[in-house]
Amino acid sequence: MKSWHAVVAIILLPIIIGLAVFAYASTQHVPVFDPQGSVGAHEKDLILFTLALSTVVVIPVFLMLGIFAWRYRDTNHKAAYTPDAEGNRWLELLWWGIPIAIIAVLSVVTWVSTHALDPNKPLESTVKPLNVQVVALQWRWLFIYPEQRIASVNELVIPAGTPVNFRITADGPMSALWIPSLGTQVYAMTGMSSKLSLIADHTGTFRGSNSNISGTGYSDMYFNVKALPSRQDFDSWVKAFNDRPKHEHLDLDQYLTFAKPTHDKSVQYLHLHDVSLYDEIVSKYAHSDSGHHSSKHEGHEE
Amino acid sequence: MFGRLTLDALPHDPVTIGGVAGGTVGLLIIIAAMTYFKKWGWLWREWLTSLDPKKIGVMYIVVAVIMLLRGLADVAMLRAQQAIFATSPNSPISPDLFQQVFSAHGTIMIFFVAMGVIFGLINLIVPLQIGARDVAFPLLNSISFWLFVAGMVLMNVSLGLGEFSAAGWLAYPPLSELAYSPGTGVDYWIWSLQIAGVGSLLSGVNFLITIFLMRRKGMTLMKMPIFVWSVVTSMVLVIFAFPILTATLAMLGLDRLLGMHFFTADMGGNPMMYVNLIWAWGHPEVYILVLPAFGVFSEIVPVFSRKKLFGYTSMVLALIAIMILSFTVWLHHFFTMGAGANVNAFFGIMTMVIAVPTGVKVFNWIFTMFRGRVSFQTPMLWFMAFVATFTIGGVTGVLMAVPGIDFVVHNSLFLVAHFHNMIIGGVLFGAFAAYAYWFPKFTGFRLHEGLGKVAFWCWLVGFLVAFLPLYALGFMGAVRRMDHYDASLGWQGLFIAAGVGVLIILLGVFFQVVQLAYSVWKRKELAVGPDPWGGRTLEWATSTPIAEYNFATLDAVHDRDAYWTVKKAHEKLSAQYYDIHVPNNSGYGALIGAAALGVGFALIWHIWWLAGVSMIALIALVISSTQRTDVEHVITAREVALTEKRLRGKRA
Ligand code: HEM
Ligand SMILES: [Cu+2]
Repeated sequence: MKSWHAVVAIILLPIIIGLAVFAYASTQHVPVFDPQGSVGAHEKDLILFTLALSTVVVIPVFLMLGIFAWRYRDTNHKAAYTPDAEGNRWLELLWWGIPIAIIAVLSVVTWVSTHALDPNKPLESTVKPLNVQVVALQWRWLFIYPEQRIASVNELVIPAGTPVNFRITADGPMSALWIPSLGTQVYAMTGMSSKLSLIADHTGTFRGSNSNISGTGYSDMYFNVKALPSRQDFDSWVKAFNDRPKHEHLDLDQYLTFAKPTHDKSVQYLHLHDVSLYDEIVSKYAHSDSGHHSSKHEGHEE
Repeated sequence: MFGRLTLDALPHDPVTIGGVAGGTVGLLIIIAAMTYFKKWGWLWREWLTSLDPKKIGVMYIVVAVIMLLRGLADVAMLRAQQAIFATSPNSPISPDLFQQVFSAHGTIMIFFVAMGVIFGLINLIVPLQIGARDVAFPLLNSISFWLFVAGMVLMNVSLGLGEFSAAGWLAYPPLSELAYSPGTGVDYWIWSLQIAGVGSLLSGVNFLITIFLMRRKGMTLMKMPIFVWSVVTSMVLVIFAFPILTATLAMLGLDRLLGMHFFTADMGGNPMMYVNLIWAWGHPEVYILVLPAFGVFSEIVPVFSRKKLFGYTSMVLALIAIMILSFTVWLHHFFTMGAGANVNAFFGIMTMVIAVPTGVKVFNWIFTMFRGRVSFQTPMLWFMAFVATFTIGGVTGVLMAVPGIDFVVHNSLFLVAHFHNMIIGGVLFGAFAAYAYWFPKFTGFRLHEGLGKVAFWCWLVGFLVAFLPLYALGFMGAVRRMDHYDASLGWQGLFIAAGVGVLIILLGVFFQVVQLAYSVWKRKELAVGPDPWGGRTLEWATSTPIAEYNFATLDAVHDRDAYWTVKKAHEKLSAQYYDIHVPNNSGYGALIGAAALGVGFALIWHIWWLAGVSMIALIALVISSTQRTDVEHVITAREVALTEKRLRGKRA
C-alpha cells in the first residue's frame, strides 16, 4: 500500500461509512428529523443550522489533512521543505479568528434559541393549554389530567394543536421524559416539579420513553402518545371515559400501593379521586429542613 | 465476623460464573508458572518494589492493557445483547447483569484503562523529556501506582464476591442510594474509585512538582517539549478536580454507610447537588485524559514530518485555555435538569468556546506537515485517523453544546457516540501512537510495521462501524443503556452494524497481540538504535536500553528541540562522569496498596474489625514510610563510565 492510499482511505472511510449509515437510516423512522410539533421542528432546524455552520471548519480540516499529507509525503522531493519554520503569526491568527467568528455566530443563535425553547416557559398559543402531570415510577409512567380527573398509566392521550403543559416529577430514581417526535426531554426528580411544554401539530401515535437509567425495569419504561385530531375529539374521549360506569379509582391510599416497583407494562385508565395527588407526591419528599423544595424550584429561573 | 459477606455473595448466573472461572484459572496458571520458574523474587525485586518511573510506567500500562481486555469483553457482551437478543424475550443476560456490565465497562475504561495509560506514559516519558533522572518523590509515585492497583483489584473482586454497581459509571443518586441499590455494588464502585482516585491525586502533585523543579538546566518553561506542557495542564486539572471526586464519593459513602442524607431523595438530601459535583470533576476528567494525548500527537507530527512543531506558543496557549475553560462548562451534562434559560445558554456558550483552542491545535498539527517531509509509519497513521475522528466528535460536541439541540439528543446513543469519538479517537488512538513511537526507546527493537498497520485498519474501520450508527440511533430515539427494545422500531439493523464494528475492533486487538508477540520473537531483526525516528527531544539522547539513571551527564539545554539541535551541531555529550544517587527499592507502595485494599473491602462488606485493622496498618505504614533511612544508593562515576561504555558501545 502506497502512503497516499492510506491518506485517501483515512479521509474517505468516515465519509463512506457515514453515508452508508445515513442511507440506511433514511429508510427508517427517524423521529428527531420528522418532528410532529413546533418544539421539535425548531430543534431540528437548530441541528441542521449548526451542522451547516460546522462545515466551515470541517471541510477545510479534512481537505488540508489530505492534501498536505499527500503533497508533503517524504517521497515527493519536488515539494518545498522548510524544516525550521516555526509557525506563522498571520496564519495562526486566522485560525484563532475563524473558529471565534463561528462560535460568535453560534453563541447568538444559542442565546436566542435557548430562551425560545426554555422548557420552563409555556408555549405561546391562542389555544387554551392542556395540563398534564407526570410521575415517573419504578417502572411505569403515571399521567394525571387534574382538570379531567383522569389518570392514565403508560399511555398519554392529547389533542393535536393544543399546547400541553407538563409538570414532571419522580417517585423513584431520577428519570427523564422524552418524546422524540415532539422534542425536548426533561428530567423527572423526586421532590421537584420540572416544567415542560410541548405540542403535537399532527395527529398520530408517538413513542416516548425514559432516557435516564432507573433500575432493572428501565428499558420497559416506554409509552405511546396518542394525538387526537382536535380538542373536541379529546373532550369526547374524556366524556366517554367518565361516562363508563365502572372504572378503577386512584387516590393517595391506592397510589401508595400502585407506586411500588413493578414490571407491569399494561396500559390503564383510572378515575382520579384526589386532584391534589400530584402535589402530595411531590411534597412527600420535601421535608421542612432543606432548601430544594418543590415550591422553590418550580421553574427555577435563576 | 464477616459482616455482610456470606456464601450468597458467590455468583449465581452462568455468565458471571463463566467469567469468574475463566479469570481464576488464568490467574492460577500465572501463579503456577511464576512459582515453577521461581520468578517471584525477581518480580518483587525488579518490578513490584522498584521506584524507577520507567518500570512503574510499564506496570501501569500492563494493568491498563489487562483492564482494556476486560472492558472489551464486557462491551462485546453488551452489544451482543443489543444486536441479537434485545428483541427476543429470552436472553442469557438479565437486565440487572446488563446494567452491572455497562457500569463496570465505563468505570473500567475511564479509571483503569485511560487513566492507567496516561499515568503510564507520563511515568515513562516525562522524566526523560525534561532531562531528569527521577521524579520528585519516587516512593510517593510507587504508592500512587499501588493505590491504582488496589482500586483495580477491588473493582474486579466484585465479579466473584457480591455484585457491581448497576447505576452507570457516574452512579447518580437516588438510584445509587441504599433505598434503590441496597447491595454491595455501589459500595464497590465508591471504594475502588476512592482508592484509585487518591492515587491519581498524589500522582498529579508529584508530576507537577517534578516538572517545575527537576527540569534540565536551560530548559525554561517555553523550551519544554509540548508533551510536558500537556502533562502540566492535565496535572493541574487533576489537582483541582480529584479532590471534588474524593469529597463527592465520601458523601455518597457516608449516605450508604452511616445513613446520612447528602444525596438521598428524602430527608432533605439533594441528588442534584451530586450531579453538579460529579460533573465538576467529570468534565475536567475528560480533559485530563485527552490533553496528554494532544501532547503525544504534538511530539509525533513534527518528528514524522521532519519539521518543527507549527506554532509552539499557540499550542501552549491553547492548552492553558482548555485547562481553564474546562472548569466552566460542567453544566452542559445536564441542560435538561431544569435550570433557567440564562444558565443553560451561558454554559452552552462556554462549552463552544472550548472548541476554539481545540480547533487551533488541529490546524497547527496539520500545518506542521505543511512543507515538511511526511513519512507514514504507524504513529502517523494514528494521527491522521485521530484528526478525522476527533473532528467528527468535536462537531457533535458543539451540537450538544447548544441546549436546544441537547434537549433532543441528551442520554441518547448520539451522546454515547460523541464521547467514544473523543475517547477512542483521541485518548486511545493517542496511546496507540505513543506505543508505536516510544516502544523502541525502551526495548531496543521496533514493533512490526506490517502487523501494526493491519491492527490500525481494523481499529479505524471497526471504530467507525461501531460508532457512526449510534449517531443515527440517537436521532431515531434510542436511549443509552437499553437492554431490550421492540423490533418494530427499526433499530436492530444499526445495532447489528455496531456489533460487527466491535468484532472488527476485537480483530484489531488480536493483531496488536500478535504484533507484540511476533516483534518480541523477531527482536533481533527489528533491533534499532537509541534514536530510530530522528527524534527531537531529550529522551532520544539516552542510550537504549535506558540506564537506571537515565542520563549519565546533565548537559545544559539550549533549544526547544533539545536533542535535534545537538545532533545538527554535531555536539558531543560531555564524558565527565560523577557519582549518581538513585533511589532504593521499597516495598511500602505494595504494602500501602494492600492495606488500602483491606480498608475498602472491609467497608464494602461491613467487616468492622478488618476495617479497623487495615486502617491502623495503613496509617502505620504511611508514617513509617516517611521514616525510611536507606532511601538511596550511589552509582559511582566509574560504574557510570562502564555502563555507558557497555550501553553505547554496541550501537552508537
Ligand atoms: C470540542 C470539544 C467538546 C465539546 C464541545 C463537547 C461537548 C459535550 C457536551 C455538550 C456533552 C454533554 C452532552 C449530554 O450529556 O447531553 C458532552 C459529553 C461528554 N463528552 Fe464531550 N465535548 C467535547 C470534547 C470532549 C472530549 C475531548 C472528551 C474526552 C476526551 C469528551 C468526552 C465526553 C464524555 C465522556 C461525555 C459524557 C459522558 C456521559 O454522559 O456519560 N468530550 N460533551
Ligand atoms: Cu463535559
